Amino acid sequence: MTRGRILAWGIMLAGTLYYLAPLIATFEFSLRMKRGVYSFEAYRVVFSNNQFQDAFLYSVVQALATIVVGAAIVAPTAYFVRLRLPRLRGLVEFITLLPLVVPAIVLVFGYIKLFSSSSYLPLTSTSLGADALLMFGYVALSLPYMYRAVDSSLSTIDVRTLTEAAESLGAGTATILLRVILPNIRSGILSGAFVSFAIVIGEFTFASLLDRPAFGPYLQLIGASRAYEPSALAMMAFALTWGCMGLMQAFSGGAHQTAKR
Amino acid sequence: MRLPWREGLGVAPFFVFAALFLIVPTVSLLVGAFQDKDGGFTLDNIVRLWQPSILNSYKLSIEISVASALAGALAGFVLALAALRGGLPGWVRPTLMTFSGVASNFAGVPLAFAFMATLGRLGFVTLALRGLGVDIYAAGFNLFTFSGLTLTYCYFQIPLMTLVMAPAIEGLKREWSEAAETLGASHLQYWRMVALPVLWPSLAGAALLLFANAFGAVATAYALTGSFLNITPILLYAQIRGDVLHDPNLGYALALGMLVITGASNLGYLALRARSDRWLR
Repeated sequence: MTRGRILAWGIMLAGTLYYLAPLIATFEFSLRMKRGVYSFEAYRVVFSNNQFQDAFLYSVVQALATIVVGAAIVAPTAYFVRLRLPRLRGLVEFITLLPLVVPAIVLVFGYIKLFSSSSYLPLTSTSLGADALLMFGYVALSLPYMYRAVDSSLSTIDVRTLTEAAESLGAGTATILLRVILPNIRSGILSGAFVSFAIVIGEFTFASLLDRPAFGPYLQLIGASRAYEPSALAMMAFALTWGCMGLMQAFSGGAHQTAKR
Repeated sequence: MRLPWREGLGVAPFFVFAALFLIVPTVSLLVGAFQDKDGGFTLDNIVRLWQPSILNSYKLSIEISVASALAGALAGFVLALAALRGGLPGWVRPTLMTFSGVASNFAGVPLAFAFMATLGRLGFVTLALRGLGVDIYAAGFNLFTFSGLTLTYCYFQIPLMTLVMAPAIEGLKREWSEAAETLGASHLQYWRMVALPVLWPSLAGAALLLFANAFGAVATAYALTGSFLNITPILLYAQIRGDVLHDPNLGYALALGMLVITGASNLGYLALRARSDRWLR
């Protein structure tokens, strides 16, 4: 037993070293912009850059739009499948798994072929169309996570009783969805939202191939031309991912607590 | 099946979305892979995938994905095992799980930056090791090659493995090890004859999931090596950007090949998971 515990500690130590080394190294490197002294100069340079602000803002707006549209598509579907259309469950779950099976680069290639300027729906020929296309692409990428989060949140509440109670008080379907179900699955939607945000904010493949001025392609460009700024940006991206996943777990944890009560 | 209109209206956006932005684009590529320039049916594009440059890109992609999946599966499994069954204090497990959730999502361009600052020619670890008298670059290591890319991929592969395997390891019932002990089995015999046979489908399935995960990755490789490493996603990226194959239909066939490989490994994962669920309920 003692020998096993020493072995377990050894494994955890090795894992910790592997996980922490890149973070420490990146942080150390990001502080070295001023010769001979540690400073946050690289961060200052990054944050005060207009291109950075534009690209970051673009991706934040994309992420928020993705969350709203994704939730608007997923929540009613998950609700009706649970309440009235259980026979569609298998099909819906299969569709929500597709983005994990089809590589992002293949999917975006399909978009470019299908929505080109010579097609019936030439989304790529206008700037706004391409923005919308990118957003729908992001909704697709985050679909598996959003669906799972919303569906598991729905499973913790009594959908049928809530619906029947609201109906007997004269509520219509839209009212039930917006004012009864939605407040009850808020934690699920929020936890799906944070994962979506983490996926969208630094995404590279879709944005680059659809030629959108997003944060991912900006990161790549900086990486190819600068020395210290990429490390500062990588630290920022890690902090963002950490924040999103932390908030996600906080909210999905909250859902379980409500269920127990 | 007749849909009541209200429910139909509720789920319609989902199916319209799925058709427009998941199914039709993918199917349209599949169709394109079997068409010639004028839209007639042909198998020529598929045949031409067997030319050396394309074949080599698939080969290299598969090698990197297999290497990072095996290394990631082994390390991720051992880490999960140590945290869940190693008799460590209670805080270790939630800490590892939370960190794994973050690290498995920390991929793409920032991950490439982090590894450049760590194991690049002037990276922190490279210099630290040189200070200790170990010059990894003189020994043949290079971050921008096969070994470097594999090591970088492991940063999201290992935590993904830990996350996927944790429920399976928790599903190992204490009664099984107690029963084995009562019957006089050694620790090693318990693992060889009870635990591993039960965990085997989960392990193999998770490794397939990791393989597909690495095979489709573009951003990390592109930010790290540019177009230096001729792996399939990078080749496809270049094809979409600038038609480097000088033939759109051959590009569709290239995408089809990727889809077949990730599709098959995901199907394998699902089939194996269904098998392991029988035991771990």
